[in-house]
Amino acid sequence: MSVRFVIVKLLRAILTIWLVVTFVFFVLRLSGDPVAQLLPDDVDKQTVQFYRELWGLDQPVGVQYLRYIEALLQGDLGISFRNNLDAFQLVMERVPKTALLGGTALLFALGFGIPLGIYAALHRDTAIDRAIMSVAVFGFSLPNFFLGIMLILIFSLQLRWLPSSGSGTWWHLLMPAVTLGTGFGAQIARYARSAMIDVTNRAYMRTAEAKGAGQTRKLYVHALPNAAIPIVTITGMKIGELLGWAVVTETVFAWPGIGRLLTSAVAMRDLAVVQCIMLILAVTMVSANFIVDLAYGWLDPRVRAQRQGER
Amino acid sequence: MTIAAAPAPSRPLTHRLGLGGLRRVPAVVLIAFAVLALALVVTLFAQFMMPYDYDAMNLRARLTPPLPWEGSNPAHPLGTDKLGRDVLSRLLIATQTSIALALLGTIIGAVLGTVLGFLAAHFRGIVDEVISALVDFQAAMPYFIIALAVLAFMGNSIVVFLFLMAIYGWEKYARITRGLVLSAREEGYARAQHALGAGPLRTYGIHILPNIVSPLIVQLTVNFPDTILFETSLSFLGLGVRPPLTSLGQMLGDGRDYLVTAWWLAVVPGLTIFLVTLAMSIVGDFLRTHLDPSLQD
Repeated sequence: MSVRFVIVKLLRAILTIWLVVTFVFFVLRLSGDPVAQLLPDDVDKQTVQFYRELWGLDQPVGVQYLRYIEALLQGDLGISFRNNLDAFQLVMERVPKTALLGGTALLFALGFGIPLGIYAALHRDTAIDRAIMSVAVFGFSLPNFFLGIMLILIFSLQLRWLPSSGSGTWWHLLMPAVTLGTGFGAQIARYARSAMIDVTNRAYMRTAEAKGAGQTRKLYVHALPNAAIPIVTITGMKIGELLGWAVVTETVFAWPGIGRLLTSAVAMRDLAVVQCIMLILAVTMVSANFIVDLAYGWLDPRVRAQRQGER
Repeated sequence: MTIAAAPAPSRPLTHRLGLGGLRRVPAVVLIAFAVLALALVVTLFAQFMMPYDYDAMNLRARLTPPLPWEGSNPAHPLGTDKLGRDVLSRLLIATQTSIALALLGTIIGAVLGTVLGFLAAHFRGIVDEVISALVDFQAAMPYFIIALAVLAFMGNSIVVFLFLMAIYGWEKYARITRGLVLSAREEGYARAQHALGAGPLRTYGIHILPNIVSPLIVQLTVNFPDTILFETSLSFLGLGVRPPLTSLGQMLGDGRDYLVTAWWLAVVPGLTIFLVTLAMSIVGDFLRTHLDPSLQD
């Protein structure tokens, strides 16, 4: 893979992060003075002025922005308005919880989605294929807040098997992870099936057949590595969606991750914390896309060769 | 139809839609179409269908369960909420709001994306670069979460909300249109139009657009459930549609606080969202296989 390709991709990734950060910065400031929102109504003007100066909100927006970017480049993400703690630390405390939830959901989605999709493709147009694909359509049409609520109704309120909220034990993880992973897994199953069907129609599969490769060899050596390419791409592209759904899922199950922190910070107009969360999410998403881009070249020798030729 | 002027789609549109032989349409798809038709009727006529005013309170009939359950009241077939408001009436209005918003958002987004795609393909050069960069940017940012923050800070505004919904997904239309127009311009019929002296607007609007419309319609059906989920999720979080207005997501978010005592307040709107998105996905899949085989994934 050419160095140039990596650098171009890297610059694009940084540009995207910068755009997100800038966009969020200005939108949050367009909407009025957070100090007025944060303090009680009967506070005197001096106090308001004190806080505005403390947080630098008395400056013109342009100056605020330059200060913000300058601090950002030095690794300073600001102080939470609410409790004067370092915003970055506040957010990082929550990251493991969201990573645990998102990671489990992703494993669940891939662990079910890929095998089911491949199985359906190998038994194309049979009853089992149609059954798997019907379940998949159900799975991704099911809004995950509704799935979460149904799970709570059944397993927490009716059967009393699982806790409905919190994150103390592994049992707490089960329902949120299933809720977050189901829709994603259903999509993965569909993509895996079509990727697999696409691959089996290719010339190299006929070649493998002609060479006398057995079913197992054909599947594991010829079909799967090729089918992996679109599956990896789609997984990377959908990471952002997964993060969005994580916010909803965390709210449903009172899971103490960054999604919940975001909804409360947004309600409190805690600018520094909201900006910090946005930055971390943007970095996560852009890194995922970046890794997929690199993995793409690594998985597909044709792309590798093409990139070296082009750039 | 003007399609006749163009050589590309050889089969008539009705045939490609599967309307030529309705018998070959699977029952599931017909049911899905029926669900969507019902949803459309509700969207258009909810005001005339609801038995009560959706905001009318009746504190003596609070939290009545829906019909087959014990303690239910035939006057309120889907029960009542914490303020004794009729759930059926609220459901109808909420469905109207959700579908109208999603429809409007999807259509604005589709028009915006298609126009930008045309512009990118027509002007190429710097315009193309900028639009393509915007497309990449849109696809690479955590849009749902940004929209969440924007809504929270901008406050209770349907216009802002609709704007955010329209921006959600436009880049897919732009990408498809740009690619299709670029290849369609090289087709004989487009070149012939150009040679005959047709201006770009005429060539694009009358000759190229009808030829590339099927993949765009398919994208519309794929996008619509996403837009509904976008609306309902944000309203569920208390950020999109807010009281006194109501939407399916807002009802569900409201009902969540009463899961222990009144499950139907969450289940009724949730099930409605599920049915509409499911029906739309089924119809979308059907159209995708019949309207445009090249788009199958």
